[in-house]
Amino acid sequence: MPQNYVPIFIFVALIGVLIPVTLLAAKLVRPDNPNKTKLMPYECGIDPVDHARGRYTVRFYIVAILFVVFDVETIFLFPWAVKFKALGVFGLIEILIFLVILIVGYIWIWKKGALEWV
Amino acid sequence: MLDYITSYLKSDTTPGQAGNFFWAFVYILLIFLGLSVAVIAMNWLERKILAHMQVRLGPMRVGPHGLLQPIADALKLLIKEDIMPAEADPVVFWIAPLIVVITAFTVFIVVPFGPTHAVTDMNIGVLFMLGVSSLSVLGIVTAGWASNSHYPLIGALRSSAQMVSYEIAMGLAVISAVLMTSLNTDGTGTLSMIGIVQAQQAQQTWFIFKFFPLGLIAFFVFAVAMVAETNRAPFDLPEAESELTAGFHTEYSGFRWSLFFLAEYSAMIAVSSIAVTLWLGGWMRPFPHWLTGETWDLVFSLFPGVTFVLLALITFYSTIRMPKHPYFRVQTIGLAGFGAVLGLIGLLLFVPPVRDRIQDIYWFAVKVAGFMYLYIWYRGTFPRYRFDQLMKVGWKVLLPIGLGVLIVTGILGVVLS
Repeated sequence: MPQNYVPIFIFVALIGVLIPVTLLAAKLVRPDNPNKTKLMPYECGIDPVDHARGRYTVRFYIVAILFVVFDVETIFLFPWAVKFKALGVFGLIEILIFLVILIVGYIWIWKKGALEWV
Repeated sequence: MLDYITSYLKSDTTPGQAGNFFWAFVYILLIFLGLSVAVIAMNWLERKILAHMQVRLGPMRVGPHGLLQPIADALKLLIKEDIMPAEADPVVFWIAPLIVVITAFTVFIVVPFGPTHAVTDMNIGVLFMLGVSSLSVLGIVTAGWASNSHYPLIGALRSSAQMVSYEIAMGLAVISAVLMTSLNTDGTGTLSMIGIVQAQQAQQTWFIFKFFPLGLIAFFVFAVAMVAETNRAPFDLPEAESELTAGFHTEYSGFRWSLFFLAEYSAMIAVSSIAVTLWLGGWMRPFPHWLTGETWDLVFSLFPGVTFVLLALITFYSTIRMPKHPYFRVQTIGLAGFGAVLGLIGLLLFVPPVRDRIQDIYWFAVKVAGFMYLYIWYRGTFPRYRFDQLMKVGWKVLLPIGLGVLIVTGILGVVLS
């Protein structure tokens, strides 16, 4: 029923109001005298070299792609899990075929070394 | 108006389902209050327990046994200067803690503290919890990116990679629990949080013991993944102090930093409550089908009161042991007062109407508190993993175990029915 979902909006609205109000209220009591050193990026006392938003290792992209593949798979499993008993043997075989295709892919990426963090 | 308020009390559902938004609002406020108290208590308990594990005393100065330390810290953070690095992106820097806090708190809408004690109950409860809690990755990445500094960026990338990897194992473990809900006599599974606990009631077992050891293994996978999800030790690489200072929130200070702190602890409580709901029987008291009868009902309903009275007794014992020097007089009186408050709460919980209503919430809270203690224990015991080891555990150990458990549970479920 749609009314089940209304409290979410009450909740988010309440936090969305409360926290900015607290943040702004704290502005009244806290000191505010920035200087150049304070506003520098924190690097344990060393002057930062280079821009921070540079390049980073490609491993993170691979993790992201793998995540999308496997997470979509998880989402597909949820409806089956709920209707599991009604679907019976038919559903089980269907889902096993689905999983076998995925597991073959999983073994392949394992063999390819995509799960290796080097 | 009065009719609108009282009409909910006669119904037998959650406020959200009854469509009574006044009570939904009250429940939301209660959750805010409870969470703040829980986070403050956790802050003190973590320092104290961790200290005693390392043969230290922990906070002792601010208030008796450092009881006022978290409050003093909160005040300090509130009046601290709020620094935003010159090259940071102001808008994103502002929004990031908000995203993290909102996602960490919103999850509690569907947490079932009792058969009717939840803000609302949705037929997609578990999916909602998993989905919303995984949105916090967005907040962490934006926080790291907006800071425009090296440590936060690396911390945020690590954090997102880690959370994303363990979410798959987590999801698979959750599916095998959802699978078990459909093994009822009527054969329909459910994703609703309340429905899952009721399924455990109907099947007369916690899902951790179902198809032994399959339920246990699924629970184990979830229990490991949830520590990684919340970036806690031993998987706290995103905030590994020795290499990244504080990870994605290095550049945050003052009250905005405390928002991240709040979010981290509420996320810990949130994932623990998922684990409790799915595997440990949610609000059910221990042995509900074995130790039956009125006597046992009475015995178990006395537990909340007894717990608080015991806490009060410990406090009074500590009061007696306080140093007798006049310097400590105020602290001694304060500790005695704290014990008196605990004892009064305990006595209040013995009164029959309160006793019956509080019981579900009490058992749920006790189970969650057990997980909270485990978190602290892990932190005191395990050394930190290396990042490649962490990814290896996530992708090469937990994922295959989760898949295997799911498949075997499915086959067993079909064969046995």
